[in-house]
Amino acid sequence: MSSRERILGRVRRALADVPATERDGTAYERAVPRGYLREHGERSVAETVELLAENLADYRAIVHRCTPADLAATIAGMLAARGAKTVLVPPGLESEWLAAADAERIADRAESTPDELDRVDSVVTACAVAVAETGTIVLDGSPDQGRRRITLVPDHHICVVRVPEQVVSSVPQALERLDPARPLTWISGPSATSDIELDRVEGVHGPRTLEVVLVGD
Amino acid sequence: MSGTFVGMPAFPKAAHEAVHDTTLRGNLRHATHTIRGKRAKAVAEMSDWAELREAGKRIKDHTLRHLDRYLLQLEESVTAAGGTVHWAADADEANEIVAHLVKMTGESEVVKVKSMATQEIGLNEALEAEGIRAYETDLAELIVQLGKDRPSHILVPAIHRNRGEIRDIFSKEMSEWGRPAPEGLTDTPAELAEAARLHLREKFLRAKVGISGANFMVAETGTLVVVESEGNGRMCLTLPETLISVVGIEKIVPTWQDLEVFLQTLPRSSTAERMNPYTSTWTGTTDEDGPRSFHLVLLDNGRTDTLADEVGRQALRCIRCSACLNVCPVYERAGGHAYGSVYPGPIGAILSPQLRGVSSEIDASLPYASSLCGACYEVCPVAIDIPEVLVHLRERVVEGGQVTTNGNKVVLKPAKGHAAERAAMRAARWAFSHPGALRTGQRLASRTRRLHPRTLPGPGKAWSGTRDLPPVPAEPFRDWWQRTQGGKGGAK
Repeated sequence: MSSRERILGRVRRALADVPATERDGTAYERAVPRGYLREHGERSVAETVELLAENLADYRAIVHRCTPADLAATIAGMLAARGAKTVLVPPGLESEWLAAADAERIADRAESTPDELDRVDSVVTACAVAVAETGTIVLDGSPDQGRRRITLVPDHHICVVRVPEQVVSSVPQALERLDPARPLTWISGPSATSDIELDRVEGVHGPRTLEVVLVGD
Repeated sequence: MSGTFVGMPAFPKAAHEAVHDTTLRGNLRHATHTIRGKRAKAVAEMSDWAELREAGKRIKDHTLRHLDRYLLQLEESVTAAGGTVHWAADADEANEIVAHLVKMTGESEVVKVKSMATQEIGLNEALEAEGIRAYETDLAELIVQLGKDRPSHILVPAIHRNRGEIRDIFSKEMSEWGRPAPEGLTDTPAELAEAARLHLREKFLRAKVGISGANFMVAETGTLVVVESEGNGRMCLTLPETLISVVGIEKIVPTWQDLEVFLQTLPRSSTAERMNPYTSTWTGTTDEDGPRSFHLVLLDNGRTDTLADEVGRQALRCIRCSACLNVCPVYERAGGHAYGSVYPGPIGAILSPQLRGVSSEIDASLPYASSLCGACYEVCPVAIDIPEVLVHLRERVVEGGQVTTNGNKVVLKPAKGHAAERAAMRAARWAFSHPGALRTGQRLASRTRRLHPRTLPGPGKAWSGTRDLPPVPAEPFRDWWQRTQGGKGGAK
C-alpha cells in the first residue's frame, strides 16, 4: 500500500463519526458563518487613502503623495536623495515614471543572477492593490511589478500606488481583487523581526527602506 | 544543551530546574509581558474579532471533518499548477523523501524557512546524516542553530535568550558556519539583525534548494501561504531553483476566500501586528519567476491519530500563532524546554501527547502542565478549548482506554503512577454512596482534629510539602445544616 492510500485510509477511519448527511456539496456553505465585517468602520474614499498613508507610516514605510504630473520628479528626487546609481526596472513599468531619473536603468531579466541583483541600489515598481486597514501593498508579478526577487534583493524599494483606484479598505476586499494563480507578495513596511525579546526591529533580509508613493489628483 | 528532545525527563522535573534559572525567568517574563499588551491592543482594533474567531474555528473544523476530500482536491490543484505532491506517513518517510529530492539536484546544502513541521520531524539532523547541510535563516532559528540549542517557543524559538546572550552566540559561533560576526558587535537589536543579514546573505544568493513549511494550503486553488517578517522566507521561496515544502495535512483551508479570516487573525495573535511585514503565496510554479520545480510533502506523523479522537481533534485547528504561550502562567515560569517538544506551552501540552502518544514519561506528564486557568482558550484565534482537551488527556493517562496509534486502534493501560489516586477516588466513591459511613467518618475527623498532622504521610507528603492542609471544621457541614435548619435557626 502506498503512503497516500495509507494516510487517506487513516483519515477515513478517523472520521467514522462524521454522519453521511454532512457529506454533501453544500456542507461547506452551511458550516462557515461569515458574520464578520467586509471592512471596519465607515470612511469616505479620501479617508481610506488617508488611513493607508497612516498605517504605512506606522510600520516605518516612508510615504509620499503627488499628482501624476509630479510623479517623475518625485521618483527622481527619491533616487537622488538615496544616492542610487542603479535602479531595477520591471519590463512593463510606465516609462514616464523614470523620465527624470539620473540612475542607470537595469532591466528585470530572467538571466540575472542574485549576485547581480544584490549590486543594484534601488527598484521601482507599481503594485496590484493596497490595503488601508493594515498598511499593506500587494505585488502580483504583473509586468509593471516584475519578478518577485527584484523587490527583495535590493535594499531600497519604491512602490507606486495609484489612488484611490488601487486602494481597498480591508483584507477581504483585497483577496477579492487578487488572482491566486499569480505569485503574490504582501508587503507591510520594511523587513522586520520580533525575534529579539519579542520587540519589533526594522531591517533584516528584505529591503530596509520602503518608500510608497501615493499618486493621484 | 543538546539539540534534541529525546529522553526528556517528565515536565515537573524539567520545570523544577527551569524555574530556578533566574536569567531564563527574567527573559521570558519580559518577552511575554511585552507581547501580551500589544496583542490585546491589536485585537481590540477589530470590532468583529469574535465573529472572525468563530469563522476560523468553523472553517478548520469543517476541513478536518472532510479532510480526505480536501487532501485529494489539494493534490489535484497543486499538480495541475506544476507542483509534485508526495505523501509521508511519518517523520522517517518525510525525511527520506526530502533527502532524496535534495540529492537529485546534486546539491549538498539547503536554505530553510522557519517551519514547525520540519522541526517536528528532525529534518536537519536527518539531512546531516545524508551529508546535506541545512541552514536555518529565520533569526531566532539561527540563534538556536548557532547556539546548538533547542527551540523554546513556536514563533520565537530563541525567546529564552536575551540580547546579551545573542551577541555572545553570534560573536563566538558565526565564523564556524560562514561569514563571522562584525568586530565589536554590540547587543543592540538593530546591530544583531544587521549581523544576521550579512551572515545569511551569501547563503541566500548561492542557494539552489529551499525548504519551507506553510501556514495555509488552499484546496481549491493549490496555493500555499507563508507568513513571515524578515524576508528570509521570501529569499528561500523565490531565489532557489528547487523548492520543497513539508506541510502537515491539517494546514488545508477549502477556499481562497477563507484566507480573509486567517490573514486578519494570525498576525494580530502572533506578533500583535495589523499585518506581518511579508506574506508570500504561490501556486505551483511560475514561468521565469521563482523555483522551476516545486515539491509538496504532505505529512501525517500522528495527525490522523489525533483526528481519530473526537475531543482531541480540535488541536488540529491550531494555526501556530503562539498567543497561548504568551499568556500562560505555567509557560512563563517553566519556559519552553520543559515541555520536551518543538510544540511547547498550552498547545504543546495537548498536541505532543496526541501526535506522539502518552507512552513516554514526558508525554504522559504534559496534560498536567497546566493550572487549567483558561487564558489560552480566551486568546486562541481558532477557539481551541485547551483546558477541555487537557482534562480529556489526563483521563486517558489515568484510566487508559481506546486510542489510535499509527492508524491502529489499541487499548491503553492506565498509567502506573496514578494507582494511589485511583484508590483514593474509589474510596471516595464508596464513602459518598454510603451516607452513614460518611457521617461517622466526618464526625470522627472533627473530634480528632487537634491530633491531625500538618503534613500528609506517605505519597501525600510531596503534595503537602508546598501547601497548607485545610483545617477540619469543628462540626461537619451536614450536622450544622440539620442543627440550624440551613442557617435559618439563627444559630452560628
